[in-house]
Amino acid sequence: MNGTPSASIAGQGHWPEPRHPGEHAAGGTLSKRIVVGYGFWIFLLSDIVMFSAFFATYAVLVDETAGGPSGKDLFDLNNVAIETACLLASSFTCGLASLSAGRRNPLWFHVAMAVTFVLGVAFVGLEAHEFAGMVARGAGPTRSAFLSAFFTLVGCHGLHVSAGLLWLLTMMAQVFAKGFRADIQRRVLCFSLFWHALDIIWVALFTVVYLMGAGQ
Amino acid sequence: MRETDPQQNTDTAPGDERHESLTTYLVGLGLATLLTGVSFFISGTTLVWGPSIPVALAVLAIAQMGVHLVFFLHITTGPDNVNNVLALAFGVLIVLLLIGGSLWIMAHMNHNMMPMDQLMRMQR
Repeated sequence: MNGTPSASIAGQGHWPEPRHPGEHAAGGTLSKRIVVGYGFWIFLLSDIVMFSAFFATYAVLVDETAGGPSGKDLFDLNNVAIETACLLASSFTCGLASLSAGRRNPLWFHVAMAVTFVLGVAFVGLEAHEFAGMVARGAGPTRSAFLSAFFTLVGCHGLHVSAGLLWLLTMMAQVFAKGFRADIQRRVLCFSLFWHALDIIWVALFTVVYLMGAGQ
Repeated sequence: MRETDPQQNTDTAPGDERHESLTTYLVGLGLATLLTGVSFFISGTTLVWGPSIPVALAVLAIAQMGVHLVFFLHITTGPDNVNNVLALAFGVLIVLLLIGGSLWIMAHMNHNMMPMDQLMRMQR
């Protein structure tokens, strides 16, 4: 069975799926794990396409400040550096969590997921703090087209991270209650793919919005 | 199958694979940290010629996305990953068309539009 070069899904590749006879029907049907992972990968790519529309909007509107503050006046790169560090570290701990899930080690899984959660909360908190500070300075989303685009793009990523945090807690609860069943493993796989994809979007975001904006 | 075939590593025995995977995440974390650090450093530096900074930032960001894809999402060029890579390629095509097309069209429209102060004067 191992001899067939079975397609590996995104994010998999570190532990072999336990092969159930039912999942390999005649004709070489792929295991459910591979199908689920591939489907979720397609969803993530469509999510990235949606973000690219927001990026395009932002890039078109970045100079339309309507006499208001520009990115150079508003962005605090130290804050952004801390946010970036939080998200990158949480991506790493999320990787550790999926490794622990592969080894069926509940203790390390929960520890790694808890650390991921704390780092994610820190990221969302810093972003909310930044937004509140900008609104208090009169630079809210209604001030200019630039700021509308900024809050839409960065806020959309923040919402994704917040939704990811809820999903993370759900996965911890499900593993706690139901153990590492095959269906729970598939959900953990999808969650880790989601979390890593958010980090990829953040790379584009801090480069295009913050670093290029502050350096103008 | 032969255990030594390097192309089939994703299907080999669990023990080796797990060990290698932790290393993969560590390498990814190291590379990503390095690229992020260089990005933040270069954005504020006066060491290099100013107009080259956005280009350098774009290159560093694309490199870091590649690092994330390979080391965290495990999208590789292996023969068992063709479907993932094809989907990714399609996604990248759409993203490039969308962003490039928007910027191209809007830059042309800006270029061809009357300056805003003249337009305001005509409306009075």
